[in-house]
Amino acid sequence: MLTTRRTLLQASLALPAAGLLPRVAAAADPFKVGFIYVAPIGDAGWTFQHDLGRKALEASLGAAVKTTFVENVPEEGADAERVIRKLATEGHSLIYTTSFGFMEPTLKVAAKFPKVKFAHCTGYKRAANVSTYSARFYEGRYLTGLIAGRMTKSNVIGYVAAFPIPEVVQGINAVLLAARTVNPNVTIKVVFVSSWFDPGKERAAADTLISQGADVIMHHTDSSAVVQGGEEKGVWSFGYDSDMLRYGPKTNLTSVTMHWDDYYIDQTKAAMAGSWKSDDTWGGLKTGMVKLGPLNAAVPESVRAEVTAATAKIEAGTLLPFAGPIKDQAGAVKVAAGKSLSDGEILGMNWFAEGVQGKLG
Amino acid sequence: MRYRLEARARPAQAMVWLSPVLAAALSVIGISVLFAVLGRNPVQALDVLFIQPLETLDGLAELALKATPLLLCAIGIAIGCRAEVWNIGAEGQFTVGAIAGGGVALTFGGHDYWWLQPAMLLAGIGGGMAWAAIPALLKTKFNAHEILTTLMLTYVAIQLLGYVVHGPWKDPEGYSFPQTKQFAPDAMLPMLIDETRLHIGAMFALASVPLAALLLGRSMMGFRIRTVGAAPAAARYAGFSRNTVVWVCLLLSGGLAGLAGIFEVAGPDGQLTPVISPGYGFAAIIVAFLGRLNPFGILFSSLLMALLYLGGEGLQVSMQLPIAVTGTIQGMLLFFLLAADVFINYRVRRVPARAARALTHA
Repeated sequence: MLTTRRTLLQASLALPAAGLLPRVAAAADPFKVGFIYVAPIGDAGWTFQHDLGRKALEASLGAAVKTTFVENVPEEGADAERVIRKLATEGHSLIYTTSFGFMEPTLKVAAKFPKVKFAHCTGYKRAANVSTYSARFYEGRYLTGLIAGRMTKSNVIGYVAAFPIPEVVQGINAVLLAARTVNPNVTIKVVFVSSWFDPGKERAAADTLISQGADVIMHHTDSSAVVQGGEEKGVWSFGYDSDMLRYGPKTNLTSVTMHWDDYYIDQTKAAMAGSWKSDDTWGGLKTGMVKLGPLNAAVPESVRAEVTAATAKIEAGTLLPFAGPIKDQAGAVKVAAGKSLSDGEILGMNWFAEGVQGKLG
Repeated sequence: MRYRLEARARPAQAMVWLSPVLAAALSVIGISVLFAVLGRNPVQALDVLFIQPLETLDGLAELALKATPLLLCAIGIAIGCRAEVWNIGAEGQFTVGAIAGGGVALTFGGHDYWWLQPAMLLAGIGGGMAWAAIPALLKTKFNAHEILTTLMLTYVAIQLLGYVVHGPWKDPEGYSFPQTKQFAPDAMLPMLIDETRLHIGAMFALASVPLAALLLGRSMMGFRIRTVGAAPAAARYAGFSRNTVVWVCLLLSGGLAGLAGIFEVAGPDGQLTPVISPGYGFAAIIVAFLGRLNPFGILFSSLLMALLYLGGEGLQVSMQLPIAVTGTIQGMLLFFLLAADVFINYRVRRVPARAARALTHA
């Protein structure tokens, strides 16, 4: 004890800048894990859920790990690359980059730090030291589609979306297809806001959709603005990323929620044990990466039973959300009856199903 | 007892030099108080914020890399401001420059043409100029205020970028994600220092400083720019065309911003994506005023701004402080710097109680 303190003291005296002290003290090394977030953590949303995963990791592995996060990192390549590299140079052995836009920067840094392991969320490019991970969010979307189809009176669902990328398109199509199984007259109106996190724009889009007759609104963006808008206007809403019931106690029917805890704990343990391998993880309802939040009291018992049954079937693999027959907006058959989309086709989905109003690209 | 600000007869030369020192001192005190309140070590925080980013060659290279787009955009903005031509839309010109230069890179890259990179840079400059030409035309023909038109065109430019990356230029192997292919190696800018990301654009940015100073201080055009800004009536009497000055300022600052845009995408980025700037064009407005619209001042202020970004990231990584603290510190520093400049043109006068009463009654 005494020796340590004296050594530290000497070290600090020998160094000109007082700020160097903590870097010397950090010599006793827990396994350092870094997280790059695209938005501020806030109280709900995409980044908030990833941070819950980080906290679960700390709670599970205790003093054996030390986590670091950097929030609100722009998806612009130059900044992201610098922040990722900074984490790598500062002794982080495993780095999670939690947004699609970090794909190229992650790969560039990974090539320069072959001993550091990286996991990139929602991307499709891997390397020897870069894994990818994501979840079948569309499975949760499918369940909300069932509820939406039952609850809508105007048969118009309003959908506030960030960008026309496959992950978003999958969700929109899943909602439409599910809703039409219980209510063939449902259509979806989509507004793209060109941002993952812009509460003002998200809210304005929700208002527009409501004024165009939507009586159920949902979003594929990262704030709770749409749910709050629904509560104010008395329109049903679904949340995304986090459970958003508290933002719409009367009108928020439920939320599609994401859970990265187990993935972060398992991957980190593997990296510490030396058994980590680059691979692709695509979780879903079955693995618990996607869940449905608590249902609002307003959802009738019969609908709850339908949701429970559908959940069990999706988990068992007997209900495939993208099973045919599915037509696209032009009426052409995209998936024949008896067929179903492969994972590769789902990952590259760039067409809207018949019944979705709005244009892609 | 009350105090009031009183205009000085002429700017105080001492304050020109003292005000940054005063601002730095106030900032250090403010930052220290903030960290003490947060229960963190202020010395360590200041070290992370201002010293650590400069300790390694890589850190210095990153600083220059970050300052490059700020410097290029701010120089252009400042030249305009001297003539009271307010280009708020450097962000848009930056974006169109990146699109134009990036288009050349995507079309002609991969064939080792010797003219590829010069063509990319010229396209970048041309794109930025073309985008700035619209407000110039609207201003000179219809007297539409450039503050509005340049700002609005920024949003149009960002949509244009969205269109090309979602539409015609989308990487066919990219699973429909909005991004172009990676540029071919021959379309990537040469690096200045191995193992860092500092590219040749930094040299151009640095060269723009003395050139802008020469233009403003030693050329006839610079004299016209300054006269139109400082004394429009005198400029009219001297027969200086205001329209010419508007065109020159907007084209120049648009071209510089466009050059910054192509540097960014052909330097560190290597492709076009829906987001290519974390707001360089807007931050450059602060940089320009922080540098008192003087090219050499802007060189320092762009480096300071870049340092604030890097140090802010350091605070998050090394001290795990939330991003809000970083923003608070950046805001505090900029506030003190700009506020201290007030004392160049004003002095604080103590007003005796009686006089103050008289003033209120009067």
